[in-house]
Amino acid sequence: MSRVGKIARRTFLVGSAMIAGGVAFGTYLVRSPHANPLLEGLDKGEATFNPWVKISRTGITLITPHADLGQGVASAQALLIAEEMDLEMDQFQVSFGEPAAAYYNRALAEESLPFLATDEGRIAESSRTIVSALLKPLGMQGTGGSSAMSDSFDKLREAGAVARETLKLAASRQTGVAISDLRTEAGAVYLPDGTAVPYTELAEAAAAVEPVTRVRLREPSEWRLIGKPTKRVDMVAKSTGTMTYGIDLAVEGMVYAAIRINPRQGGKLVRYDATEALEMRGVQKLVEITGGIAVIADNTWRAIRAAEAVEIEWGEAPYPAEQAQHWEAVAASFNEDHLDQRWRNDGDVDAVLGASGDVFEAEYRSPYVAHAPLEPLNAIVLVGDEFTDVWTGHQLPQLLQMQVSAITGHTSGNVRFHNQFVGGSFGHRLEIGFVEQAAEIAVQMRGTPVKLTYSREEDFAHDFPRHIAMGRGRGSVANGQVEAVDLSIAAPSVFASQFGRLGYSVPGPDLQIAAGAWNNPYLLPNFRMRAYRAPELAPVSSWRAVGAPGAGFIFDSFLDELIHKAGADPMEERIRLMEHEVSRKVLEAVAEMSSWGGELGSNKGRGVAFVESFGVPFAQVVEVTNTDQGIRIDRVWAACDTGTIIDPANFEGLVQGGIVWALGHAINCEITYADGMAEQSNYHAHQGMRMYQAPEIFVRGLENGHKTRGLGEPMVPPAAPALANAIFAATGKRIREMPFDKHIDFV
Amino acid sequence: MRLTVNRTPYDVDVEPEMPLLWVLRDELGLTGTKYGCGIAQCGACTVHMDGMAVRSCQIPAEAADGAEIVTIEGLGTPEALHAVQQAWIEHQVAQCGYCQSGQIMQAASLLDMNPDPSDEEIDRVMSGNLCRCGTYPRIRAAVKTAGAKMRGA
Repeated sequence: MSRVGKIARRTFLVGSAMIAGGVAFGTYLVRSPHANPLLEGLDKGEATFNPWVKISRTGITLITPHADLGQGVASAQALLIAEEMDLEMDQFQVSFGEPAAAYYNRALAEESLPFLATDEGRIAESSRTIVSALLKPLGMQGTGGSSAMSDSFDKLREAGAVARETLKLAASRQTGVAISDLRTEAGAVYLPDGTAVPYTELAEAAAAVEPVTRVRLREPSEWRLIGKPTKRVDMVAKSTGTMTYGIDLAVEGMVYAAIRINPRQGGKLVRYDATEALEMRGVQKLVEITGGIAVIADNTWRAIRAAEAVEIEWGEAPYPAEQAQHWEAVAASFNEDHLDQRWRNDGDVDAVLGASGDVFEAEYRSPYVAHAPLEPLNAIVLVGDEFTDVWTGHQLPQLLQMQVSAITGHTSGNVRFHNQFVGGSFGHRLEIGFVEQAAEIAVQMRGTPVKLTYSREEDFAHDFPRHIAMGRGRGSVANGQVEAVDLSIAAPSVFASQFGRLGYSVPGPDLQIAAGAWNNPYLLPNFRMRAYRAPELAPVSSWRAVGAPGAGFIFDSFLDELIHKAGADPMEERIRLMEHEVSRKVLEAVAEMSSWGGELGSNKGRGVAFVESFGVPFAQVVEVTNTDQGIRIDRVWAACDTGTIIDPANFEGLVQGGIVWALGHAINCEITYADGMAEQSNYHAHQGMRMYQAPEIFVRGLENGHKTRGLGEPMVPPAAPALANAIFAATGKRIREMPFDKHIDFV
Repeated sequence: MRLTVNRTPYDVDVEPEMPLLWVLRDELGLTGTKYGCGIAQCGACTVHMDGMAVRSCQIPAEAADGAEIVTIEGLGTPEALHAVQQAWIEHQVAQCGYCQSGQIMQAASLLDMNPDPSDEEIDRVMSGNLCRCGTYPRIRAAVKTAGAKMRGA
């Protein structure tokens, strides 16, 4: 029995995300499988075999319900169906479909359990099965937690296989040829004489047969598409300005709205004077909404400009007004009263540190950071007599329907949600406030479609940033090795904040406070990991990889410091300590790729970091040069194991981009509060990485893990500690707080 | 005011200070040009004005009166791609794609002036265009591919 297995059993508790899901979506049970939403509204001559495939005489539509936030899952989902259905990538349309319970996310449920992702023991696996079965009736559809591929990998291949076999059955009925004599290729059923019958011509016949349910999935050696570089379905549109994002949509008769909401998040609107604004050209109306006002005009710019011209007095913030007070509240949370969970208690940390004459201590900080995707938040809402229609991009369709329903009075089922491609999310499109605001405006403009567009300044003011976190480590080394790690992390609960805004309280420990710290599959002889829940401060939200960018930075930085104290090699000691074989191979790969241990030029330094998140072990080596203008990041080597890689071209791009994202924020981004308001209002004050700062990035994906994992987030957490470790190697200066540019200059 | 956009003349009746960005998007319905920041920090609104790459959020409509504007829609189309767009597709650059209209317009302008830019020149000219998804490594590669194609290399 593995050691990680024992640890997982000791910490068996149901995770907060799962419970929150249950609360949010009710606990009714349905014994029958979910209905196929495509059956409703099917025209004569059109066929559907399951919720993901629809065929008519004129074309094939594949439903890809996971929201595409830029990570390419519309393509990847379609590819999985096309693989088994024998379609080429240019033979179908994709659609996000309508919200439906049939599209429930089974993988999100599994990952809400507090087991190590590396734990594939009997209890962990059976618990995942049980939770998945329990959540199926809830029909929770959602995109997040890097779960789209793990949720889809078997399900969508099965959907493709069912469609293929049903089309063959229909062809057999039509032609009298035995099914075993038929084959499929490139969107057609082939008869033994070579005659091709396109799927579209079989639609009507296929609609009349009962879908085949017993199918065999192909062996990896038979795959045509999976594992090969693919051209994404959205690439031409995104390269020609012809992709229509939510912000580009126009609906007949639409008016344009802009808002001003109290920048002290959650504070009240006290009074306002709109005299000047209402006289401005194109301005039609001003309406009050929760926490602020909205101006309606005949053009986006006119609406934004008029909203800015409204003189407003805002109420106080329901949290401490100054940033220093936020840090004080977190720092004051390292005590028994605030203990959220003791995630690890291996060996005897107290005895070892008590006996050690040389206990090393260090403190780390991870700041608030904004999501700030480049497409500002926007939504179009039309409140009609029977229905409310919503056009926007969102990751939680049923939640959206529920929240809009409460505002417009239509039932959730009569809130028709038209999901859109979005210009980035990074967790921003899990928030529902902007849709609620659009609904609040539209309900005062019944019958008129209202398009709400945030100005960039409003978007920054209401970003709901990543939570702040503080870590305190105590540790010791002996005989050239790491001996004991006693790590404590304090942070406000991101789930309490997110679900609190929806009116739900979340019981149980918050998995994310110490995510990226407690779950790394090292075998440290003495390891205690305690998470402390700070009081809720500024409202926060899931930011790409949620807890792991902060907690992973704290854990890996502290480990690196101890390894240096021990006089060991940072790579060799991590490999020695790594118990989990798949993870160890990731470290060995990145060592080999970077020729770790080789000669570096003068003023250069390298750091390595390893953080596992969302079940993906991820190691990175960063190389920097200490120039006379500051630190320059030269090269990054990255290796991870996601199991089967669906599309290696998209895989490489996502890893490179996510590392650029993570390094940029580690260098120069933070949100701070003064007078209750975020001090950063636009990209000049929250830059991220620019091209001249971007290093060369070399990527390798191992496929030793036997679960298919997603890649929206796991590349993010190791980048910041790898950079801090590299800066230490190059300069001897240890940086324990993000953003790093508070402590050292960058080129 | 009279603008020529993608070789089509338009008469527009707007405030002289309305940024060209919003004339294009909301008055002419050319939504390929994107709003990202409104203060020339992100480059998503980049278009060509009389052959120069400019941030359309900073160009008042009156300054564009009489000018020749080219937007992403006028650079090339899915059926007739510009060399830069071809390279973007070949390298599978876009992720969310929202910044890419601006990136492509900036790159086309750079290569128009110098189809064989150095790495440093590419970095310098392209660093005003923010990509939140971090596609810079592929943008660099695509600019070089497009340059080679435009040189006939």
